Amino acid sequence: MSGETGVTWEPVIGLEIHVQLKTETKMFCRCKNGAGGEPNSQTCPVCLAFPGALPVPNRRAIEETVKLGLALGCTIADRAVFHRKNYFYPDLSKAYQISQYDEPLCSGGSLLVPTADGDIVIGITRAHLEEDAAKNVHVAASGRLHGATATLVDFNRGGSALLEIVTEPDIHSSEVAKRFLQLLRQTVVELGLSDAELEKGSMRFDVNVSVRPAGTTELRTRTELKNMNSFNFAAKGIEKEITRQVAIYESGGVVVQETLHFDPGNEESPPTRSKEEAQDYRYFPEPDLVPIYPPLELVEQLRQQIGELPSARIGRIADTLSFYDADVLVTGSLDRLWSAVVEAGADAKETANVLANAFVAAGIDPAAVDARELAKLVSARSEIPRAVFDEALTHLGDPGFSADPYVAQKAVSDVSELDPVIEAVIAANPGQAEQFRGGKEGLLGFFVGQVMKETRGKADPRVVSDRVRSKLAG
Amino acid sequence: MGAHGIDTLRLSAEDALGLLERGEATSRELWEAYRAAIDAQNPELNAFLTLVDEPEGDGIPIAIKDVISTKGIRTTAGSKILEPYVPVFDATVAARCKAASMPCLGKTNTDEFAMGSSTENSAYGPTHNPWDLDRVPGGSGGGSAAAVAAGLAPWALGSDTGGSIKLPSAFCGNVGLRPTYGTVSRYGVVAFASSLDQVGPVTRNVRDNALLYRIISGRDVHDSTTVDVPPVLLPESEDLKGLRIGLPRQLNDLDGIEPGVKAAVASAIALAESLGAEIDECELPLSVDYGLPCYYLIAPAEASANLARFDGVRYGARSDGPDFREMVMRTRHDFLGDESKRRIMIGTYALSSGYYDAYYGTAQKVRTVIKREHDALFEKFDLLISPTCATTAFRLGEKSADPLAMYLTDVLTIPSNMAGLPGLSIPCGLSDGLPVGLQLVGPQFSENLLYRAGHALEGAIGFDPVPGRLA
Repeated sequence: MSGETGVTWEPVIGLEIHVQLKTETKMFCRCKNGAGGEPNSQTCPVCLAFPGALPVPNRRAIEETVKLGLALGCTIADRAVFHRKNYFYPDLSKAYQISQYDEPLCSGGSLLVPTADGDIVIGITRAHLEEDAAKNVHVAASGRLHGATATLVDFNRGGSALLEIVTEPDIHSSEVAKRFLQLLRQTVVELGLSDAELEKGSMRFDVNVSVRPAGTTELRTRTELKNMNSFNFAAKGIEKEITRQVAIYESGGVVVQETLHFDPGNEESPPTRSKEEAQDYRYFPEPDLVPIYPPLELVEQLRQQIGELPSARIGRIADTLSFYDADVLVTGSLDRLWSAVVEAGADAKETANVLANAFVAAGIDPAAVDARELAKLVSARSEIPRAVFDEALTHLGDPGFSADPYVAQKAVSDVSELDPVIEAVIAANPGQAEQFRGGKEGLLGFFVGQVMKETRGKADPRVVSDRVRSKLAG
Repeated sequence: MGAHGIDTLRLSAEDALGLLERGEATSRELWEAYRAAIDAQNPELNAFLTLVDEPEGDGIPIAIKDVISTKGIRTTAGSKILEPYVPVFDATVAARCKAASMPCLGKTNTDEFAMGSSTENSAYGPTHNPWDLDRVPGGSGGGSAAAVAAGLAPWALGSDTGGSIKLPSAFCGNVGLRPTYGTVSRYGVVAFASSLDQVGPVTRNVRDNALLYRIISGRDVHDSTTVDVPPVLLPESEDLKGLRIGLPRQLNDLDGIEPGVKAAVASAIALAESLGAEIDECELPLSVDYGLPCYYLIAPAEASANLARFDGVRYGARSDGPDFREMVMRTRHDFLGDESKRRIMIGTYALSSGYYDAYYGTAQKVRTVIKREHDALFEKFDLLISPTCATTAFRLGEKSADPLAMYLTDVLTIPSNMAGLPGLSIPCGLSDGLPVGLQLVGPQFSENLLYRAGHALEGAIGFDPVPGRLA
């Protein structure tokens, strides 16, 4: 963006994303994964860090991390190591988190973000595996952190498998940041690794933001934005932060390194700020675990399980449709149904419009839809009354749905049937007829509407419109 | 003679097994005999911190070091911070003893979190050496060693990080094995230094030791660092024919080895030669020079993380505070002992940003050097022999004011521990009426060889494990 001083400022944005893997069991013990249930009901000596308890890694979680790494084009390490990250916090039972440090499972990949103006490549620094913390519940009369008198800890989530993905500071707009997050989410969901639901916290992200004069390569002081739980909210937050930093530089100030904590429950409230303390986590290799050496055959086997990725599909579909349509279809998990419906003979653009608008509004599960029936419906769309079409859409997901009864209710376009109605309407509204003839063309809609009303919506509006015009002209 | 005519001072576990098999004694009678010995002597020895009143199992009873979790039996690790802690699960080694029908007699005293060489760092008072009550039993597993030496248990489990099985065994005249790292599960063993901790048997003789090692060793799905172990053989052979034994000069000629220790070790070496072993001097310079300093970086570093879980949140003692941070600080201030705090501070420092490479990082590299230096020797020798400790049991209080002097007690046991190697300490004679320990070290997974050599030497040495004052 351009400031008052005439300097053009370029935002520099990096993302750190955490995704909870939906493995059966936790990362280092065999407790059921996934929070929920009575507090502390899904716990054992390992995730409660009883003296002497030892971690045993979850093979599935390692495989899924490798899978994501492969999807992101990362190098899969020949040897990966777990480290201990030491800090005291009530939700961290061992007072260290088992994470990965300088030998992560996956490093050096990228994610292609298609945009209307071409593809943008965002570098992936690393993707690694770690364990999640437990959940602190602050107890006070108000139920809020402020004025809390006690903290209760629910360890059900403690020790769940958590995937961390770190990007390079390659993102230069809030829009691209948002699109990257959407695409990454879509990728993770399609690979079956996680539900990645922001509201439930199974996907979380932190954003690092700084700005610099365009054309330079320096990295200025960054601030970290935490706890934003929607992509749109993140985009807005980033935008505001960019504006704030530019204003500071423009007025000769200095950006201070700090963290902005948003209140996930209340997007309107301004973020609280905290000075970033130089934390010393005293990382060292976790001596209770041996290094991981992912076997080549396994890596290849996992590679085979990866289908065409969302960003590739957007690119492919954008060759047929607009980029916008392709994006909506893919990030809405609708593109596979779209392909099937088009394959069954429906028009590509028409199908995309139906899926992107009516379909989403009706809240139908794409997987439950019979593509051939939907294709019939889409192809007949212009010939059946709107109300009938909308009605049909709401039943698309019903088992054994057939488009036939709806298609059979084609609109009336028979002139001999419509003309008497049209003539009656004109006769009943002589004033409006006069005005139309005098040049008030806008009244055409009034006449069509009256005819539709008289025919209870069954008339084909395009035929009616033509007939009204010729009758009034004649 | 003890209860039911059972002489717990002289009975080996293998003998006790014979009594059971022949129906000459019941497990209950054995239990009661040891319990009577405990009741009689524990008040002056302080070998046990917690006693079990109702035996579980119909086999040979056992004493278990108090760093090993025992379901339903208080496990303090010698610390006030775990004074009220009763585990809800058994350590794998405790479970394996249970599976072998071995009832637990009780939990034995230890330096707090196994950090010490004299058992004087126990929050529950020191254990006294059965050979001389004014002397320490060695540490950290002084309770297990004293219990076995005084006939309060036929055998016991210890744990060894820098020498906590070998040293007390030497001081109390027992046989103690520190097994190859990875052969015995650490699951449920209160962690001191994870990359060094290893559970092992403390017994009256070498065959008992092999019997117990057979029960506790082997891969455990709960401990990723364990491996499959070759079958454990009970030693039979009385000779050492064909064995090449190395005498590392730096371990055998160390300054400060007492003359009496030197003499006892020298006569054991002479006996080994007469049993058919080939003996030769060798060199282990780097391991001895750097073993101890590197150990005192790595062990405290790991301990600083391992002990961080004692925060008062989930179990154990707690001191209240106005907020989380204050509560944790007060709890740790009030309930951790000086030595634990000292090592947490050393370890935290060694891991700190800017110091990691110089301290922890370098120490790990040196550890590889130590391992290689040992490996090279095992191309020429089957076993290495040295004293277990430069001295016999020292007096209570003699070194407790000088941490560095206390640390040096382990200078001979640490090098092979740093290399992950097994070491067996057997008694090889007396010096001024106190037992002298002989340390046999072999390559990884050479426990059978150590037992074979230890058994032959034991027969030739003919050491009487009964403390003179109890005989």
